[in-house]
Amino acid sequence: MAMHPKRKKKLILVLLMLTGVGLIVGLVLYALSQNINLFFPPSDIAQGKAPYEKRIRAGGMVREGSVVRSPDSLLVTFVLTDYAHDVTVSYEGILPDLFREGQGIVAQGKLQPNGVFVADEVLAKHDENYMPPEVNEAINQANEMGEKAGAVYK
Amino acid sequence: MIPEIGHMALILALCLGVALGVLPLLGTYTGHARLIMSARPLAIGQGLFLTLSFICLTLAFINDDFTVQYVAANSNSALPVQYKISAVWGSHEGSLLLWVLMLGWWTMAVSLFAKSIPPAMLARVLSVMGLIAIGFMLFTLITSNPFWRYLPEGPLQGADLNPLLQDFGLIVHPPTLYMGYVGFSVAFAFAIAALLDGKVDAAWLRWSRPWTIVAWGFLTLGIVLGSWWAYYELGWGGWWFWDPVENASFMPWLIGTALMHSLAVSEKRGLFKNWTILLAILAFSLSLLGTFLVRSGILTSVHAFAADPERGFFVLILLALTVGGSLGLYALRASSVASRVGFVFWSRENFLLINNILLVISTLVVLLGTLYPLLLDAFGGGKVSIGPPYYNKVFVPLMILLMISMGFGLLTKWKSIQVSELLQLLRSPVLIAVAAGLVFPFVYGSQFNWATALAVALLVWLIAASYRDLSRRVRHKGWLRGLRQLNPGYYGMLLAHIGVGVTAVGIAVVSTHEANYDIRMAPGDNLQVEQYEFIFNGTQDIVGPNYTSVQGIVKVNQEGEFYTYLYPEKRTYIARQQVMTEAAIDAALSRDIYVAMGEPLADDAWAMRIHFKPMVRWIWLGGILMSLGAVLAVWDKRYRRRRAQ
Repeated sequence: MAMHPKRKKKLILVLLMLTGVGLIVGLVLYALSQNINLFFPPSDIAQGKAPYEKRIRAGGMVREGSVVRSPDSLLVTFVLTDYAHDVTVSYEGILPDLFREGQGIVAQGKLQPNGVFVADEVLAKHDENYMPPEVNEAINQANEMGEKAGAVYK
Repeated sequence: MIPEIGHMALILALCLGVALGVLPLLGTYTGHARLIMSARPLAIGQGLFLTLSFICLTLAFINDDFTVQYVAANSNSALPVQYKISAVWGSHEGSLLLWVLMLGWWTMAVSLFAKSIPPAMLARVLSVMGLIAIGFMLFTLITSNPFWRYLPEGPLQGADLNPLLQDFGLIVHPPTLYMGYVGFSVAFAFAIAALLDGKVDAAWLRWSRPWTIVAWGFLTLGIVLGSWWAYYELGWGGWWFWDPVENASFMPWLIGTALMHSLAVSEKRGLFKNWTILLAILAFSLSLLGTFLVRSGILTSVHAFAADPERGFFVLILLALTVGGSLGLYALRASSVASRVGFVFWSRENFLLINNILLVISTLVVLLGTLYPLLLDAFGGGKVSIGPPYYNKVFVPLMILLMISMGFGLLTKWKSIQVSELLQLLRSPVLIAVAAGLVFPFVYGSQFNWATALAVALLVWLIAASYRDLSRRVRHKGWLRGLRQLNPGYYGMLLAHIGVGVTAVGIAVVSTHEANYDIRMAPGDNLQVEQYEFIFNGTQDIVGPNYTSVQGIVKVNQEGEFYTYLYPEKRTYIARQQVMTEAAIDAALSRDIYVAMGEPLADDAWAMRIHFKPMVRWIWLGGILMSLGAVLAVWDKRYRRRRAQ
């Protein structure tokens, strides 16, 4: 069946546009799904709820007295805690100015099968009174769980 | 006493705002000339009282009046005076007052400069702006009042301004950005007025165009300043992080850019009027969304202050009212302003349409990435963040398409162009661009890299297309006379488009050729980066006005010869005992060298951050060219003459 050339042109145009939109939506959703970093509090990580070798974020307080620096490189390890469970974090690089023991931080990186979280980025906030909301919530949750179990961590 | 005057002035400004939001608009329906004519004096009064209020808060800062809670929380008597003044907008309450002040000034500017606008139209525009101002003044007064006092007695000393903000960047970045953000309220008010009026004619477009261009110019500059500030002050040498708050300012910019182009088509060809109105509404809605995201504290960001759900809720209501109301009105009235003219594919209007589509898609991409984590969290789906690779992956191809289409927009003509003529016009720009892209890596002396080659090709494509269009315009008059006769708006347009290319080259080159090192350096250690050798000569202690500092001494040799010394600092601000990194940067158009100190390690060694950033300045240079383009565009005779009438 012959199509009117003008109609054919319009049809091609519409098809092209639909393909274009489809491609863009596909690309966007694919890129999005590849770059979603889930957040896990130390309790989840300690209980094995976090995946290994996948880029995730972990947040909590830096345990007092847990920061250990390597003598000849920028490697540093510290313990991230929500006062219920701990996770050891290792990081090689320069820590932000407000990184301090007893401060809330968020780290991005991958959890290794040996349970060490290898961070490639450590974020501390820019105001000493400011607490990242994720960290706040993680600690509150851990607190509630602890109270329910009758074992408040001090 | 002074804070009370400021407080009263703000309340009076609110009263005038209520009058401005109601009376003139009422007048346009009842036909009372007096009510209509009240718009201008009310707008001016509101602007003046807001100014007075702002001056009072500034005085409270200069006088170290720590009985004012906001001053006590954000200043200190040892703070240098320029930072006392900029501390006014250094935290939530004051930055909201600045927001409202900007709105007051824009409203006043419209009432003063827009003399040729018919009174009824002006009344509608100013009323809409007054309505917005009511919302934000209430927000300031009820939830975020910067004038609240400690009574009967305040602390003896203030808690100090966050050291991160004690910088030139705080003086210039927020006011410029807010001028842009809030400036879109003018285009928004014009759009609402047009919907109420039921018509969009050539005169309406001529009125709203320059306001949009000025706001866009400020927003561009504000974003550039923010990027530059983050680069040198945050201490890790990045210039854009796809942080939700950056996105919050970038989305109105993208839509604002689309709006400027759509306005151009509507004015020249009478097309896309509906679309223009929608973009004007969206640009300001996104500004409000940005304000909500930043001010509600729901985001983890440099810009987030302590979270306060009450504030977030208030802005959300304002946002819902404004966006819902304006889009509802649009749905009801848009058909009355529709344009019914067709257009053909090979025409400038079509390429501007393509530009608009690409910009809107880009905005949606950023919006999705910004809101997805928030929505997921709100519906209990867990806490996630979207990494920068998402944006880079999606954004880069979109921007490449956009820049290709920009060249076509320059080369084509309004209404239509013969394909054969276009092909002829295209030939040399395409050839030159491809050649430049292929040759650049060899000239630059680096390995061939697709990203840089493409960015350079796109910049040259834009320059060549500009030149082609320019030569077409002067061909009958000769270059000298022809160039003089072209109007400034045209040059502004060319400059802004070339600016986009310049920014793209900067981004591509710095992203592909930068060299970043974080290393441990003991005194005497050295590091070779490209042609530079960095030698760490230890540290010295210095004392600043309100901080003490450990200053690193880094000698830089260039190809074996002494080049310069760089002095990065690790400061400790006394009042808060907060540590701050001050990077030392040697800047040039071709490259920056960047040294920052990390933390002290054993044996007098320091963690050092040494970056080599080729052509990073081009990123901001391009933005400045875009802003200059906006300045030239409003300088255009067309707008000035009509205003003088």
